[in-house]
Amino acid sequence: MIPAPFTYHRPKSLAEATGLLVDLKDEARVVAGGQSLIPIMKLRLAAPDHLIDLAAIAELKGIARGATSITIGAMTTQAELINSSVLAESVPILRETALQIADPQVRYQGTLGGNVANGDPGNDMPAIMMCLDASYRLVGRAGARTVKARDFYLGTYVTALNAGEILTAIDIPVPPAGHGFAYAKLKRKIGDYATAAAGVVLTVSGGKIQTCAIALSNLADTAVAADAAAKAVIGTALDRTALSAAAQAARGVMAPAADARGTVEYRTDVGGTMVKRALQAAFARAKG
Amino acid sequence: MAKTHVTMTVNGEPAEGLVEPRTLLIHFIRENLSLTGAHIGCETSHCGACTVDLDGRSVKSCSMFAVQAQGAQITTIEGMAHADGTLHALQEGFRMMHGLQCGFCTPGMIMRAHRLLQENKTPTEDEIRFGIAGNLCRCTGYQNIVKAIQYAADKLNGVPHKEAAE
Ligand SMILES: Cc1cc2nc3c(=O)[nH]c(=O)nc-3n(C[C@H](O)[C@H](O)[C@H](O)COP(=O)(O)OP(=O)(O)OC[C@H]3O[C@@H](n4cnc5c(N)ncnc54)[C@H](O)[C@@H]3O)c2cc1C
Ligand code: FES
Ligand code: FES
Repeated sequence: MIPAPFTYHRPKSLAEATGLLVDLKDEARVVAGGQSLIPIMKLRLAAPDHLIDLAAIAELKGIARGATSITIGAMTTQAELINSSVLAESVPILRETALQIADPQVRYQGTLGGNVANGDPGNDMPAIMMCLDASYRLVGRAGARTVKARDFYLGTYVTALNAGEILTAIDIPVPPAGHGFAYAKLKRKIGDYATAAAGVVLTVSGGKIQTCAIALSNLADTAVAADAAAKAVIGTALDRTALSAAAQAARGVMAPAADARGTVEYRTDVGGTMVKRALQAAFARAKG
Repeated sequence: MAKTHVTMTVNGEPAEGLVEPRTLLIHFIRENLSLTGAHIGCETSHCGACTVDLDGRSVKSCSMFAVQAQGAQITTIEGMAHADGTLHALQEGFRMMHGLQCGFCTPGMIMRAHRLLQENKTPTEDEIRFGIAGNLCRCTGYQNIVKAIQYAADKLNGVPHKEAAE
C-alpha cells in the first residue's frame, strides 16, 4: 500500500498554490485532509506527480459570521465544524451532518472543502450545501468566481472546478431563526458512506411549511436536489398524504448504484424513508 | 526520488529522518524511528490500530505522509508510561479491566482514548463508544475496553473506581 512517487509542495499562500497548479498542469493535485485522496493514492487509483498540500495556507482557514451569511474556509475540518459554537447556533445542520461523517480520526483531518470538492456522491456535505443554497468560491491564477452548490456537481468525480482552480471558501446564507433542519443517514456502521441519506431545511409559519429544501446523498451519480419533493410539502402541515407525496417525488430523482449497500430497489425504497424521517424531524424542530 | 529531511517531536524527543514524500507516517514511525507500538492493521484507514496523537488530534498514521507531519508534536504508545516506568492510567485500566486479549488494537485504542479524555474528562458510556468508533477490536467485544477507559477516567479524576471486569 505504497503510493507512486511524487514531489511534495507546501505553499504558504494561495497565490503560490494557484501558481504551482498552473505551472505543473495536469500532473498536480491538491491535498487537503487527505482522507479521500491518500487512500486512493495508496490503491494507485490516483498517481499525481506533484502533491500540493494546502495545510500551511492560513487564508483557507476559519469561520466568519456576517450579517446574512457565514463564510467557512475550505480547510476547516469536520471536527472544527462540530466544535464551532457560531455554527451550532446559526447553521446547526452542519454539526448534525459532520457528526455522521466517518469516525473521530477522519473528522480531525478531513476538511469541508475536500468533502465538497471531492465529487463523490457518497460525501455527505454536498447535499447539505444544496439544502442551504451555499456557494463555493473558486480561485485560479486568472481570477476568482463563485459557483452555487446546486450547479457544481456534473457527474461522479466531475465538478465545475476547472484545472488550476482551488476552492477557497464556502458562503452559506444564514437560515432564518427557528428554521427546522435534519440530516437522516442510513448506514451499515459508523464510518460507512450512506446507503441512503436526505437533508432537509425548512421554515414553518402558522403550523404550515413555508419554505423547504431537500437534497439527497449517495442516491444518484452526484448529490441531488429533490425540488419536486420539497414542493409537495410546502403549504401543508406535513400530514401523511404530503409525506408520502414527498417520498414518491424524491424517489423520482434517485438512480442509486447497486453495490454492497443494497440493490437499486432497496436503496430507492429506503431513500424515500430517509426523506420522510428528515422531513418529520425538521418539522418537529421548526418554530412557528 | 529525492528525499526530504523531516523533523518532528516524538514522545518529547526530537526525531528526524530522510524520507521519500510518499512515505506514510506509520512507516516512518515504525521503520525509521523503530517505534513499533503503533500497529498496521488494515492500512486502509479503517481499523485505527495505527492511531497516534498529533498536535492534539488523534490521527490514523497510515493515512498521512511523514512530510505532512513536519514540525509536529507526536505521542505514540511508547510515550504514555511515566518516566519512572509506572503505567499511565489508561494502560493500568486496560490491564485491570481486561481491556485486551491479543493486544493488537490496544496501542491505537489507548492513544485514541487518551485524546478523548483530554476533550471530555467524564464521558458517558455512549460517548466513549462514539469516541472510539474509529478503532476496531476483533477480540474483546468492546465491553472491557469501555470499562478500561472508565477506570482511567476515574483515576485521572481522583474518583474511586468500583466496577469489575467481565
Ligand atoms: C474510513 C473513512 C470513512 C469515511 N466516511 C465518510 C462519510 O461517511 N461521509 C463522507 O462525506 N466522507 C467520508 N469519508 C471521506 C472524508 O470525509 C474525507 O475527508 C473527504 O471526502 C475529503 O476531504 P479531505 O479534506 O480529506 O480531502 P482530500 O482527501 O485531501 O481531497 C479530496 C479531493 O478533493 C480535492 N480537494 C481537496 N480540497 C480542495 C480544495 N480546497 N480545492 C480544490 N480541490 C480540493 C483533492 O484534490 C482531492 O481530489 C471517509 C473517509 C474515510 C477514510
Ligand atoms: S492501519 Fe491505519 S487505520 Fe488500519
Ligand atoms: S484485543 Fe485483539 S484486536 Fe483488540
